[in-house]
Amino acid sequence: MDLSVRIGSLVLKNPLIAASGCFGYGVEYADVVDLSSLGALVTKGLFLQAREGHPSPRIVETPAGMLNAIGLQGIGARRFVEDKLPELRARRATVIVNVCGTTLDEYAEVSRILSDAEGVAAIELNISCPNIKEGGIQFGCSLNGTDDVVRAVRKVTRLPIIPKLTPNVADVASFARAAEEAGADAVSLVNTFLAMVIDIETRRPKISNGLGGLSGPAIRPIAVRMVHECRQTVKIPILGMGGIADARDALEFIIAGANAVQVGTASFVDPFIWSKLLDGIGDYMQRHHVARVADLVGTVVRGLKAEG
Amino acid sequence: MPFDVAAEVIANRPLSSDFNVLALAAPAIAALSAPGQFVMVKPGTGLDPLLRRPFSVFEVLRDAGGTPTGITILSKRIGASTSLIYDARPGQHVACLGPLGRPFTLVDAPTEAWMVAGGVGLAPFATLAESLRARGVACTLFYGARRAAELFFLDFFRALGVELALTTEDGSLGEPGRVIAPLDRQLAARAPSSSVMIYACGPEGMLAATARTAAAHRRPCEVSVERIMGCGLGGCYSCVVPMHSADGHAHHVRACLAGPVLAADQIVWD
Repeated sequence: MDLSVRIGSLVLKNPLIAASGCFGYGVEYADVVDLSSLGALVTKGLFLQAREGHPSPRIVETPAGMLNAIGLQGIGARRFVEDKLPELRARRATVIVNVCGTTLDEYAEVSRILSDAEGVAAIELNISCPNIKEGGIQFGCSLNGTDDVVRAVRKVTRLPIIPKLTPNVADVASFARAAEEAGADAVSLVNTFLAMVIDIETRRPKISNGLGGLSGPAIRPIAVRMVHECRQTVKIPILGMGGIADARDALEFIIAGANAVQVGTASFVDPFIWSKLLDGIGDYMQRHHVARVADLVGTVVRGLKAEG
Repeated sequence: MPFDVAAEVIANRPLSSDFNVLALAAPAIAALSAPGQFVMVKPGTGLDPLLRRPFSVFEVLRDAGGTPTGITILSKRIGASTSLIYDARPGQHVACLGPLGRPFTLVDAPTEAWMVAGGVGLAPFATLAESLRARGVACTLFYGARRAAELFFLDFFRALGVELALTTEDGSLGEPGRVIAPLDRQLAARAPSSSVMIYACGPEGMLAATARTAAAHRRPCEVSVERIMGCGLGGCYSCVVPMHSADGHAHHVRACLAGPVLAADQIVWD
C-alpha cells in the first residue's frame, strides 16, 4: 500500500499532517506521538521576532467546534532554529514551518532564515490568520497580495512553498489559482472561519480579542466544498483541513481533492489520533482495493448511483 | 509521559446540587500523579461538548495493599461538561489523560504549609495535605466558600491533622467573609523567623489577594491557576498566564506546561 504524498520536491511518507497552531513546535508532543510517524508537522506561525499574542481567554467552545484568537504568540524564527529544530531533527520529524510576516520583506527574511537551517522540509505561508490586524490576512484577502508574497518568498528559497488560504473570501479557488500562478508548490486550506461568541449575561465577547477563528467538525462540510472547488481549479497539491476528526473525514477531504490532510482541533481532543487515522485510511484502501492513496485524490463521483 | 485511558466510573458521589466527586479507574495515572497535577477529562464521546476539561487530581485511590487504582476529581457543575460529570453513572467510561503539568513544591519540616482554598479550588489540597503530613509538615487549610454546605471534606483534613481556618460569605460556618482575612491575621501573628510556605487554589481574585498577602508578609507562595485549556499538552497556547520577565515585559507562559502551579510573585496580576 502506497501512502506517500509528493509536494514539489518533498515526499511525505503518509498524508497525515499536524496543523499549524495546534501542535506547538512539535517538540511538545514528542512524548505522546512518534513524530517521525507523521507525514509532517506544521509549526506554530513564526515571525522574525517573538510575539506574546493576546491575553486569556483565547478560546471558547461552540457546538462541534471552537473559536480561537491566540494572536500568533511565538518565539521568532531564529530562536526556533536554535531551540526547537535540533530536537525535531533528532526525532526525524518532517517539519513544515508556518511563516508569518507583516511585510513582504519579513516573509522573505523569515523564509531565508529557515531555508538556511537544516531540517526544514517546506514553508507554509500564513496569509490567512484571522486574529491579528497587521499580519498576513491583508495579503491573503487580496489576489495581488497573495501573488506578491509567494513571489517574494520564491526568490529566497528552493523549499516547497505552501500558502495557507483563508476561507473568509468569496472565491477561495481564485486564491489557489493566484498562488499556483505565482509559483507555489501546493496550497493549504482552509484556515479558520472568522466568528464570534457573546456572553449574553455580560454582553461581552467570550474571548479577549472579540473575534476568533472557528475550527472543528462544525466547519467540515464547508471546508470539503472549498477543497473540491480548488481541486477543480489548480493542479498543484492541496493540503486539506477543517474539522477532520476521524479517518472517514480524512478520506472525504482526499476524495474531494486533497493530496494530504491536516488535523488540528481533533488532536486536542485525542492526542493519540494519528495511528487511528492511519489505520482507518489503510482499512479503507484495502476494502476498496486502492493501492495508492494518490489514486483517491479528487475522485468525487458525480450523479446518482446507476441501478443494477 | 501522560496516559490516556477510557476510565471506568467507579463511583459518583454528589456533595450538593452542584458539586460532585467522580471516581475513575485509572491505575497508571494514579501511580504517577503528584500533588497539583491535573488530568484532561472528556465525559461522553460526542462533538458537543467537543474538548476535554482540565481537573486537578483530587484523591489518589488505593487498594487494600496500597497500590494505586484510580483517581477522583472534584467538580462543580457550571456547563455542559461538568453537567455530564455530575450525572455520570458507575460503569460509564470517561476519557482521562494525565497526569499533566508541574506539581507543587513540597516543603519539609519545620517549614509549615498553609493552604488557601476557595470553593472548588479545594481540589489539589487533599493529595498535597497527605503528602505533606506524611513528611511530618504541620499544615493549615484556609478554606472559604459561599456557605457552610459548600465546605467539603472537613473531616478528611481533620483526620490528617490539618488545622482548619474556615470562612463563609454568608457566615453560616466559621468566620464570615473571605479567606484572606484569617490568612493575613495569622501571617501577621507569625514570628518572621518561622518558615511558612503558602499554597493557593481558587478564583483568580482570591489568588491575586493571596499573592499580595504573601508578598506583604514576605512569604513564598505557589498558586495553582485555572485556565480554559484546549489540549493540556502545550499544543494550542490557549491557557497562558502573564509572567514577569527579565526584559520588563509580561511574558505569556502556558499553564499546562509551566503550571498549573506557578510562583505567585512571578505572575503579573491585574
